[in-house]
Amino acid sequence: MKKIDARGLSCPEPVILTRNALASGDSSYEIIVDNNASKENVTRFAEHQGYKVQIAEENGEFTLSLQK
Amino acid sequence: MTKTNEKSGIIVAGIIIGVIAASLVAFGNPANMGFCIACFIRDTAGGLGLHSAAPVQYVRPEIIGIILGSFLAAALTKEFAPRGGSSPMTRLTLGFFAMIGCLMFLGCPFRTVLRLAGGDLNALFGLAGFVVGILCGVFFLSKGYSLKRTYKLPAVEGTVMPVIAAVLLILLACVPALLHFSEEGAGPGAKHAPLLLALAAGLIVGILAQKTRLCMVGGVRDAVLFREYKLILGFLAILVSALAMNLIMTAATSGTYFRLGFAEQPVAHTDGLWNALGMMLAGFSCVLLGGCPLRQLVLSGEGNTDSAVTIIGLVLGAAFAHNFGLASSGAGPTANGKIAVIIGLVVVCCIACLNTFRGKE
Repeated sequence: MKKIDARGLSCPEPVILTRNALASGDSSYEIIVDNNASKENVTRFAEHQGYKVQIAEENGEFTLSLQK
Repeated sequence: MTKTNEKSGIIVAGIIIGVIAASLVAFGNPANMGFCIACFIRDTAGGLGLHSAAPVQYVRPEIIGIILGSFLAAALTKEFAPRGGSSPMTRLTLGFFAMIGCLMFLGCPFRTVLRLAGGDLNALFGLAGFVVGILCGVFFLSKGYSLKRTYKLPAVEGTVMPVIAAVLLILLACVPALLHFSEEGAGPGAKHAPLLLALAAGLIVGILAQKTRLCMVGGVRDAVLFREYKLILGFLAILVSALAMNLIMTAATSGTYFRLGFAEQPVAHTDGLWNALGMMLAGFSCVLLGGCPLRQLVLSGEGNTDSAVTIIGLVLGAAFAHNFGLASSGAGPTANGKIAVIIGLVVVCCIACLNTFRGKE
């Protein structure tokens, strides 16, 4: 599973990193963000690309698991 | 929140903000300037004596309200998150030149929409330049532009900007003798809605913008980069609702709130090229900053100190613009202003290149 650490980055950077990673065409990814706006934007983008997104929160950080 | 809810949320917020913006003009704000983050930061800089342009001095309660509204909304929903450290000096510089661009055009992205809603067709040149500026920024973003990450900071650091806003409010309400005010009839600074009304308007817009992430630059940027239209819907909702309000108020009252054309528009000039270049500089700078001036105010209320530094850059830009004759007036742009915009475009382009094409660190 590909992992992307987008902590500390503000939008649109986490979405751009996600977009670039998704180009590899894998079926699952894990993306870590640390603010709500990035969580919402990455989730929206991934769902738009046909992935199911599960979100786990711990200490203000969100791990987004993308599955196709 | 589901996608549909997000979209209807931002449309409703945009409609409310458009109505508030148009109404503020009826209550005393300058024409087509229910809100203008650049103009209001400029007026506030003048109110604090940071520049001495007598027509534009007034500590605007709308700015205070937006910061405090965002702070309250973020604090209540556990989104208040003090952070910073992402290239603060670069952000200050970008904020500085974003303001130089806005004051060439005489408006921020928010006012561009409101000028269009008032029938000011000069804003079309501004909008065109704004989109070109955003496209320049998007090019660098897609090539890897980054101002690097932020870090968590202590709560006290994140509350500095909201506290500054609260102090300004106390000064304005209780010790106005310390502040500068444009004299009646002197210019836009003398035109303002009553304090409490303007403050309430700012608070509501601050809360709505915090909840919906409303951003004029983000709207165009996300549409181009990701074909994601949520933010641009907010932009369009403000345009439609402010336009409808202006038409209704023009029909229902003795005032004129909508006049279609180029000539003699309020607080505007007709130099299309420089309107476009000014907003190109503003759009380019703001994409590199990650958000328009409104969004920077909102983020500073959420505890983002990089945005707070950006606001200081906007304030500095405004003070320089009026101390060195860079800002346009109804008569048109100044020679100094044109030079400053060109320097700004070069500097912003260098910042974009240096933060995109740097070697692995």
